[in-house]
Amino acid sequence: MRILFKRSYGVDIRLFADWQTFAWYAALFAAVLAMPFVLDDYYLGEVTYVLIFSLAGLGLMLLVGHTGLVSLGHAAFLATGAYMDVILIERGVPFILALPLAGLFSGVVGAIIAIPVLRLTGIYLAIATMALAIITEDIIVLAEPVTGGVIGLTTPPIEIFGLEIDRYGTPKLFFYLCLAVVALVTLFYRNLLRSPTGRAFTAIRDSEVSASSLGINVAVYKTLSFGISCFFTGLAGGLLAHYLGAFNHETFLIITSILLLMMVVVGGMGSIHGAFFGAIVIGLLPPAITILREYFTALTGIRMTAIPGLDTGIFAVILVMFILFEPMGIYGRWLKIRTFFQIFPLYRKNMFRRQKTFLKTERMR
Amino acid sequence: MEVIQLLLGGLANGCIYGLVALGFVLIYKASEMVNFAQGDMMMLGAMLALTFVNHDYLGWPFVPGVLAAMAVMGVLSFALDKFVLRHIFGQPHFAVVILTIAIGFVIRFIAGVIWGHEPLSLENPFAGKSLHFGGLVMGMEDAAAILMTIVLTGGLYLFFSRTRLGVSMQASSQNQIAAYYMGIPVKLVYSVVWALAGILATVAGVMFASKGTIDPSTGLLGIKAFAAAVIGGFGSLPGALAGGLIVGIVEPFAGRYLLAGYSQIAPYAIMLVVLIVAPNGLFAQMIKKKV
Repeated sequence: MRILFKRSYGVDIRLFADWQTFAWYAALFAAVLAMPFVLDDYYLGEVTYVLIFSLAGLGLMLLVGHTGLVSLGHAAFLATGAYMDVILIERGVPFILALPLAGLFSGVVGAIIAIPVLRLTGIYLAIATMALAIITEDIIVLAEPVTGGVIGLTTPPIEIFGLEIDRYGTPKLFFYLCLAVVALVTLFYRNLLRSPTGRAFTAIRDSEVSASSLGINVAVYKTLSFGISCFFTGLAGGLLAHYLGAFNHETFLIITSILLLMMVVVGGMGSIHGAFFGAIVIGLLPPAITILREYFTALTGIRMTAIPGLDTGIFAVILVMFILFEPMGIYGRWLKIRTFFQIFPLYRKNMFRRQKTFLKTERMR
Repeated sequence: MEVIQLLLGGLANGCIYGLVALGFVLIYKASEMVNFAQGDMMMLGAMLALTFVNHDYLGWPFVPGVLAAMAVMGVLSFALDKFVLRHIFGQPHFAVVILTIAIGFVIRFIAGVIWGHEPLSLENPFAGKSLHFGGLVMGMEDAAAILMTIVLTGGLYLFFSRTRLGVSMQASSQNQIAAYYMGIPVKLVYSVVWALAGILATVAGVMFASKGTIDPSTGLLGIKAFAAAVIGGFGSLPGALAGGLIVGIVEPFAGRYLLAGYSQIAPYAIMLVVLIVAPNGLFAQMIKKKV
């Protein structure tokens, strides 16, 4: 049983609640740092993929989980980042500048799009972003001189201060590169949440009316949130471009947007951890299914043919189960388990019982 | 002449979009849930009809086969609402969006396992026949689609204005609590609305599968029907149909007169413009709250 005494207001917004929490995160970071020495290249690649997707998930989490704006079109910003990154590198911009610029470009585009789109609320916002994503797919094909059209682009290798990094040639270095970006963004995100800006986002999520009556300029903060969210996602897009090596418009279909949103929900809305949990589920599900299938074949001797779409199907079933029985996702479940141990003999069954909610109609204004 | 020919072709497609959009709007009007799985329900309905009718499967006559598919889809949609969606009633809209998208994925996956991913076509009595007026040609299946839509729209209109169940549906969509106090079994009504939407989806699916081919990913057509529903405004049944017709008619014209590649953007571009200019659709039904 652990008790956290709060002796000042600062305790509530400290980066780490106490030294034990800090120790846990430090241990986690060290474990991730040691991964290239333990895992072989295939699994290291999978972990890198998970890292890139958690970065995209962090972007969406800021928007959906912390500002309460649902976007069904984040693949468009993933695409913006990826294309911008490669185009800049092809024009001779060094990678170390190209990646942040790609993210920034994505963020600015997002903020500009946000201005008209954010007048919409709820379901209409989701639909509008979805339409944007569909249109982006076609724009990529139409803008052939820059984007390579249907053929797409091949990513040149990364060079940082003479050090050549390649996904297949030097997977360890690429892993550390992704890890560094993800760690920096996570730190930025955590600090953002501690700042007045982040708390304004959360206020808007919880109630727009009360947020604006507290003096928060809702339109400005919504746009800002959309911009930062697209910035993160654009960075992820840049890294994804290097991970894939070659890509075209089909990499960023509407399904990718939906998958991103599902990932955030499974992970747990409104928590940084959730983005990582969701990415772990999405990234490790396909290899897990393959391994299970082989195991099943070895056990029974029955040869199972690969069923197309199996991983998406299983993932959708998992998602349905989560929404019905654990709406706060994996992180919500983890919170319950942690609380159980932290206050060991005192855990009661109804501690996390959800409040009864009623339908708030959107037809009344 | 060419313009009228394009119009006719667009009309039939528009009717199909309109019917799927009608399904969206029915559910939205009743319970303010947005059913992103409507397109997949359409696909499932078409696949069921195909199972009953096609000679590779059961080989029933066309009309009983389609009616059987409609009945099965009605029951399935009823059960879907009663056993799955009821759990999250009253949760934020966002949860419903994700849940129905996920259900759509599951439906698509199951359909892929049962019927495979090859495009299939529904055997139907309209195939190969066409109507000629003057210099205009209209496929029999197009005519059937338009006729079916007119009949269904009329039927729905009468259902909502004349029958007890229809009126109680209107009541529960306008004010849940008041309807409940008046002794209307609101939950049951919602499930019936879902069943109705499932049946509509099946009709749309049958018409779609008669005109061309379907495979499990046809459900993504739902997105286009979605654009239709948004253009019309989510709260209005005639609006949904009008939106469907607009999308259906714009498509062939855009394909004819715009450069290749731009035409497929057209429905979504219209939708975005409508959303930005009139955020609640062209036929909005918003009620100003008086304080």
